[in-house]
Amino acid sequence: MKDVYKIREDFPILKKKINDTDLVYFDNAATSQTPKQVIQKIVDYYEQYNSNIHRGLHSLSADATNQYELSRKIIQKHFGIKNNHEVIFTSGTTHGINIVSSGLESQINSSDELIVSEMEHHSNIVPWQILCEKTDAKLKVIPINKEGSLDIDTFKTMLNKNVKFVFINHVSNSLGTINPIEEIIELAHKNNSKVLLDGAQGAAHFKINLSEINVDYYVASAHKLCGPTGVGFLYGKSELLEALPPYQGGGEMISSVTFEKTEYADLPYKFEAGTPNISGVIGFGAAIDYMNDIGFDNIESYEQELLKYATDRLKEIPGIKIYGNAVNKICIISFNLSSHHPSDIGSILDQFGIAVRTGQHCTQPVMDYYNIPGTVRVSLSFYNTKSEIDLFIDALEKTSNMLG
Amino acid sequence: MENIESIQQEIINEFDFFDEWSEKYQYLIDLGKNLPTFNEINRVNENIVKGCQSNVWLHAEIIDDKIFYTADSDAIISKGIISILISVFSGQKPEDIITAKIDFIDKIGLSNHLSLTRANGLLAMVKQIKIYAMAYGSKK
Repeated sequence: MKDVYKIREDFPILKKKINDTDLVYFDNAATSQTPKQVIQKIVDYYEQYNSNIHRGLHSLSADATNQYELSRKIIQKHFGIKNNHEVIFTSGTTHGINIVSSGLESQINSSDELIVSEMEHHSNIVPWQILCEKTDAKLKVIPINKEGSLDIDTFKTMLNKNVKFVFINHVSNSLGTINPIEEIIELAHKNNSKVLLDGAQGAAHFKINLSEINVDYYVASAHKLCGPTGVGFLYGKSELLEALPPYQGGGEMISSVTFEKTEYADLPYKFEAGTPNISGVIGFGAAIDYMNDIGFDNIESYEQELLKYATDRLKEIPGIKIYGNAVNKICIISFNLSSHHPSDIGSILDQFGIAVRTGQHCTQPVMDYYNIPGTVRVSLSFYNTKSEIDLFIDALEKTSNMLG
Repeated sequence: MENIESIQQEIINEFDFFDEWSEKYQYLIDLGKNLPTFNEINRVNENIVKGCQSNVWLHAEIIDDKIFYTADSDAIISKGIISILISVFSGQKPEDIITAKIDFIDKIGLSNHLSLTRANGLLAMVKQIKIYAMAYGSKK
């Protein structure tokens, strides 16, 4: 990989001081930082060709439309998607899930079963609970085990002819576990069940080819991938997206409107009602380009090195308990220190300039499983360094002393 | 019993001694550790203060027209903050609590050092303290 200190020069925010000390940003699983190449692309849009897409005949609109559609092509190529129109721009992962969950209402009935896992983010639980409330379908849960992996044997026993869907994350946002999605998709498909994969945490850490893994739906957010907030995408196989009703009505998503009947536009526009987050989508494309320039293979191996270093150093501290010890995991470490409340640790670490996440991480069932109020979560990225990990460990030791 | 204003001033004076954020935090932690034990009978859902990242329980009772607060939290810094709030409000008359102007939080320079979620939690605690006072005040 390119020298990490060279890479860091791309990220203006990493020079920031907190309390007169250098910022150590270890909350990348919540939001990754944005390189200047992406920021510049967004600035260019507002300075050079800010206008609405797909509508105007004028030059600015043509430029904006071209750049917007270029992002769709970048995402299509990066994620190994067969057809360009299978990429639907959304406001983020949650929006993508809700397009599917609300659209499935007419396809689901009271004898159906839907499967989620115990390690899902709330955004991959609540929309399905709402769907179940509306349709009387049953929601079933794949359990996790102590190391923080899915119990695949139990999953196999849960599959029966009533199971219509499996909704699963690629990577757990609170434990870091990488799930065996190829196996899950294969088992589900053999059972004639469709699979929606929540890629919010996976997409930033390794490359994935959606055609090869043959997943039915996939959702992700730009802001976890060095892109802007408020934008993401939904992938769905053409025939599945065509069978879903529109999520929102409005401009751009129609082919003709009369008061008698409105014809909807074809994919992808059927799901892109109204003026979208144009600069966000353009920035999203630039972010994928940026990460590909660094190289996902490089990112993956460097992040694994950071994960090992951080885990080893954390284990030196007396009273550390790490939650999520799966063999395959990304650079997320959830932990508690003695009996201290995670929010106490997070507050004091913040004073040392170290940004971590504390609490339940929108995964209350995981916290309930371990019977804890929450954890401190360190989530690393390719622009973090071992010396930052050393600063963090030093601050954590001081925090531990303060709390006594 | 001193009035709310003079107790706040004492707290401000106390915090003036500290130059470093770490000393302020250490003081809060020590206050938290010394918070009187909470009566388990009062650890009920109705006493949970909504809007805090950690669990906070706040109980109020009226004795001789004055309100006495007890509280607990599973986080030690929250307990420290609670301890200060109790020293300000506990034993005061409902009408004084309702009308009290709370400015010590900004003046002790802690708001800069309390992340927003904590600051919101602190405001939620003050609000709950005042709600109890209003409830008792209206009963009178």
